Formats: sequence, structure tokens, C-alpha cells
Amino acid sequence: MALMKYLEAIRSAMHEEMGRDDRVFVLGEDVGKGGVLNATKGMRDVYGPERVLDTPLAESAIAGVAIGAAMHGMRPIAEIQFADFIFPATNQIISEAAKIRYRSNNDWSCPIVIRAPYGATGGGALYHSQCPESVFFGTPGLKIVAPSTAYDAKGLMLAAIRDPDPVLYFEHKKCYLGVSGEVPDGDYIVPIGKADVKREGKDITVITYGMTVHYALAAAEQLEEEEGISSHVLDLRTLQPLDKEAILAAAKKTGKVLIIHEDNKTGGIGAEVSAIIAEEMLYDLDAPIMRLCGPDVPAVGTSPTTEKFFLPSTDKVKQAMRSLALY
Amino acid sequence: MSETKTIDGIPGVAVTVPHLAESLVSATVGKWLVSPGDYVKQYDVICELITEKVTTEMPSPVEGVVTHLLVKEGTEAAVGEPLCIIAGQAELAEAGKAKAPADGQAAEVPAIKGGGAMRNRYSPAVQALAAEHGIRLDEARIEGTGFEGRITRKDVLAYIESGGAKANLEPKRAAAETVTAPETQEAEVPVRSTGLHLSDEPRIPKIEVEGGDREYFIDVTPIRSTIARNMRQSVAEIPHAWTMIEVDVTNLVNLRNKVKNEFYQREGVNLTYLAFLLKAVVGAIKDYPIMNSVWAVDKIIVKRDINLSLAVGTEDSVFTPVIKQADRKNIAGLAREIDELAKKTRAGKLTMSDMSGGTFTVNNTGAFGSILSQPIINYPQAANLTFESIVKRPVVIKDMIGVRSMVNLCLSLDHRILDGVICGRFLQRVKENLESFDESTNLY
Repeated sequence: MALMKYLEAIRSAMHEEMGRDDRVFVLGEDVGKGGVLNATKGMRDVYGPERVLDTPLAESAIAGVAIGAAMHGMRPIAEIQFADFIFPATNQIISEAAKIRYRSNNDWSCPIVIRAPYGATGGGALYHSQCPESVFFGTPGLKIVAPSTAYDAKGLMLAAIRDPDPVLYFEHKKCYLGVSGEVPDGDYIVPIGKADVKREGKDITVITYGMTVHYALAAAEQLEEEEGISSHVLDLRTLQPLDKEAILAAAKKTGKVLIIHEDNKTGGIGAEVSAIIAEEMLYDLDAPIMRLCGPDVPAVGTSPTTEKFFLPSTDKVKQAMRSLALY
Repeated sequence: MSETKTIDGIPGVAVTVPHLAESLVSATVGKWLVSPGDYVKQYDVICELITEKVTTEMPSPVEGVVTHLLVKEGTEAAVGEPLCIIAGQAELAEAGKAKAPADGQAAEVPAIKGGGAMRNRYSPAVQALAAEHGIRLDEARIEGTGFEGRITRKDVLAYIESGGAKANLEPKRAAAETVTAPETQEAEVPVRSTGLHLSDEPRIPKIEVEGGDREYFIDVTPIRSTIARNMRQSVAEIPHAWTMIEVDVTNLVNLRNKVKNEFYQREGVNLTYLAFLLKAVVGAIKDYPIMNSVWAVDKIIVKRDINLSLAVGTEDSVFTPVIKQADRKNIAGLAREIDELAKKTRAGKLTMSDMSGGTFTVNNTGAFGSILSQPIINYPQAANLTFESIVKRPVVIKDMIGVRSMVNLCLSLDHRILDGVICGRFLQRVKENLESFDESTNLY
């Protein structure tokens, strides 16, 4: 076991898997010198420029090249520098990568990983802060993961690389250096499609993913200590396919559900989670399902006040959790 | 209405401010009619509550001994706020024996906490659980700890776990919180336990000397503020017109002088001129029913029942209690009713039903010595009639001058409904009715 930052966990997963499997390579803008966020730092020195491949500023090409390589038998990891820039590649991802297996009647598959650093870290404003997961969410053929801890980050990265189908890997930038944890040495995976209970509780259920998991855990800690409110926190980890069983089990535990994410409320992951609960277990609900999400405005602003208004925080989460507990 | 509370180690029922009417959120304690240590039976009156709509008496929800008064006289308390604590005899004895704080297990009257707005709204989870365990949510004594007294899934689970009924006897820990010192000191203030109301000291206005000695402020009481609102609404909405008529009541004066003593001995109430006036007005309304109506924008609603609102003044305000179905009463009956309502008003004991349903208002302004007044219509009625002072004046009758007892009747009318002609006829009819009373008139 080693204490590792979230970013280091992602890097070590790629690093180790490249050592184990010659088919694995990374490509993206400036990945050669480590990438702007240092995810691939030092990897070119070990694996050379052909396996740590710099690309032009063309996200469509990054995704397209990765798809072609994957169909040729490779296991590419494509880095989109910021998730905000993923939109030029959406046609490649949604119309090509996600549909290749279906379109070819199972003759072809597309084992790519597309890494997308997402979410706001402060001061990033609209081109460095977006949460575009809802754009891809609901696209059959695509798997989407969004780990919140170092352990999950490494385990899900290894699972994503080995997965025979395209996986969108959303990594929250605020977790990069802000979250660290114990990570086992060597090879392990966190299975795609499995949510994880991060905290056991009995008064309310919080369902979330990414950075907001940490807000929820901090708020749960405070609420337990200060007000005796016991919170059950479920980290989705995989956004697609959603772990229905885990969602329903967590929701049933308390009958009071709060769903949190940084992405917009309308049409977000929370809407689907909420619908699953409403469809499957109406009679176990003890309160209306609540959502705490980013507001439906185009993007987080640069000024601290607008940022504060837009972004979730421990305080906001705590307040929402308390009001649900008191309902 | 109540919840259990423990103060000074004595568990008791906290009597809370009831939700008196739809729009009321608070009430002011007028007078305490009990003091700490008093024994009360269920439904005994414990205090007066003044609201902007009505002054009412607060009955005790339980039998027991009053241990603490929590709200001072003249202080406003929100609906649901505890007014006082009443403990059962058993608890007192218990507390006396063992000074240790009792935990309320022995409370005779297990009260359910929270009668909030969400008390009867059940979530699917609660309904499913209740159905599964055969619990009738409307009857079971389950404490609602959720929002606005909502019964949560956890409340039902706790109820089931505790084996049902036993659960209710356990007082909520939250309810056991002690009440702050200033409120409990109230107990030391001497409180009348008998006698009614108002007369011995002016009731509410607190007068503060502020802003120098050239002016001072008087708190607006709930009743004052209601009067203000109603008057404004009437003047703002109703186009008032005004008219007056002079009536010769010499014969009526003679009649009354002749029978009043006998009447008082027989009936125990004064035979007032007002009773005759009401009779005359009711008769005239019967002939001109449009006087008894309400403007409803696209129609005029004419009321079949003649319910006369009577303006009755007290030291600091005016009320309009209603004589219901006045057309079915004779002069003696009206006199009796006037007396009763006036007494109730001055005692501050009018109920909501005493004050509602009026269709036409009569105001005995003559009682203050006025000979001419211009009343504001008692919204939403169509007219308001005043009865001025009876004065002796020289009057020309058949080219001779005689000394007659004369009285002015003034009428304010809603000009949307009524015009000069109809009101003139109406007043003329009142005049004829009044002038027709003479020594042969039967009071019964």
C-alpha cells in the first residue's frame, strides 16, 4: 500500500499497464512533456514518443485516431486536455466509438479510453470548468466512469483500459491534488458498473460521484457530530451503466434521497437516478427525492461570487442534507 | 393543543395557543384567570386570548394543577407556543415525594407531539409500513418528528419497535427542555382568579414615553388595527352617500316612560329606545329589502335574513355584534338581546359567531350626545343608520308651535346599490313606524 494522490493514482495505472501491455499507448495534446495537468509526467522518458504521442490541437482527430488504432488491435488512452474541449470529438465518440460493435454486428469492437479532466477548481471559468458528462450520458455503447478516490481512480483506470468497449473516464480536476488515499501496490481493478457505499448511515441517503462525494462525506461527518444526523453516502463511481441495485439498496435504506452533482440539474445524472428510484421503489420513499446540482446557467463564472453561487460546497451540501433529514 | 413538558422536575401538559381561525398566527394573552397552584378542570377557562378578530376564552384541555404561566398578560404568543403548564395531581404528588427530576413516564395524559400542517400527510414509505403492521395512522399515537409534525418512516419504525402504545408515554426529550427564567417569574405576579374583565383597568395599550416629552406612542392593539383596516376598506371601496331625517318621537317617549319601570322589574333589562328603533328599522327593511343587500360587482345579493349589526363602543374600541333574525323578535325580545350583546361586548366576551352574519348596521350615536353623525358603512353591507340624541325642540305643527321630542336618523348608503329615492322612502317608513309607537303599543 502506498499513500497516493488521485493524479498519481491515474498516472501509475497508465504507467503500469503500459509496462504490462504493449498495445497500450497514450495520445493527446502535450502529453509528451507530461500534459498540462501532469497526468503523463515522465512517461515519455520510459516509453518513448511513439507510445506517449503528442497530437495536434484537434480533439476530433485525437478520438478518431484512437478509434482507428483500437480497431487495429491497440489499446489507446486518449487524453482530452480539458473536458471543456471534448465537444469537437463528440461525433467520433458518440457516432463512431459507441456504435462500432453494434454497427458491425459484433465483428468489431472499440477498446478505447478517453480521459477527460472535468469540473471547476476555482478561477478556471467556462473553458476549464465544465462538467459535460450529461452530454454523453444516455448514449448506449459508451461506458462512463467518474472516480472520487485515489483507489477508485487507479482501479477504474485499469478496468477501463482492459474493457473491450469505449470508456469515457471523467477525472475531477479538484481531486487531482486535493484527494489522496491508500492505493494497493500492483494490479487490481475496480469493476465498471459497481457503485460503492462510502459511508454507512440510517437517516438519509446521499447519492453522488466525483468531487461532491468528498463534500458529502465532510458534511455527513459534521452532521453526525453536531446534530446526530446519520447519512448513508453512495459513490456511483460508474455513471454508465448505473449500478441500479446499489442505488435502490441505498435509497431503500432510509427512504430519503439526496442526489448531488456539480453538473447542471436539468437532464443530469441525478435526473436518471431519481427516475430509477421513483420507478422502482415509490412505496419505500419517505420524502420527495431531492437534488443539489449546478444551476442551469451556461458555465461557472470567473468572479469568486459567481463561482461560489455556482459550485457545490460542503456548506451547501450540509444544508441540503439537514433539510432532508428534518423533513 | 398540548404537549408534555417538564419544569422544575414536574412533568405537565403544556397548553399551547390554539389555531383560532384560518388567518391567525398569534394571539395576545389578555388576562390570566388562573394563577400557579390553581386547580382547574377540563374546559375551565384559564385565560383570555385577544386576536385581531375576536377575544376568546381559552379552556383548559386537561384537568390538573396550573404549575407555571409562561406568557405574560399583554404579550403576544405564536400559535403552538406554550401558554402555561398544567400538571396532573399524581405528578405533583410524585414530584413532591422525590425531588429528583421525574422523567414524565407517569404522565396521565400522554400527549402527541406536533399537530403541524404535515401531521396528516403520509409518505408512501410510512403508508406501506403502517399497512404492513396494521397501524391506523390517524388513530395511532405516533409522534411526528418530521417537518411540520410529519410522521416519518423512522417514527413508524420506532413506534413498531416500542410495541405500539407504549411509545406515546415516553415524552420527547426535546419537550423536556426547560423554559427560560423570565417567563417562569411570571408566576409571582398576582393574578385574578375570579371576576370578569376590562372594567377595573384599561386593558391593552402600553404607553411609552419616547422621542422627547412632547409626544408619546400608543401600541396599536389587534382590534384597533382590524378596525382601521375595515374602515379603510369600506371608505376605499364603497361610494358613500349620506342623508338624514327628523322624527317626532314624543309618543314613544311617553310610552317608554310609562312602561319602563314595570318592564325592568319583569324582565330585568332596561327598555331602551334602541329596541323600538330596531323594530322600526326591521319593519322598514321588510318593505324595502334592497336595504339588506351586498354589492357583488356583477350582481346585488339581497339577504333574506335580517341580521342587525349593532355598533357597541367600549373604552378603546368598537364592536359590531349581531342580532340574528331580528325580524322574528318583538320589542321585548330585541331589548333583551341588546342588553345581552352590550354586556358581552363590555365584558370582552364576544365570540366569532356573535359578530358574524350582519346585514344592516344600526349605531346608537345618541348615547354619546351626538345629534348628527356621518357613519362609515360596516363593510360589505349596503347601509348604516344612526340613532341620534332625542332632544326637545319647538316644532311647528298645523301652524302652531309645540314642544316635541325630536330625534335625527342619519343614513350612510352604498350609492352603487341604493339611490336617494329608495333611501328616502326607507327612512320615511322608519319614521312612520317610530311615530306610530304610542301608549297602546304592545311590547310583546
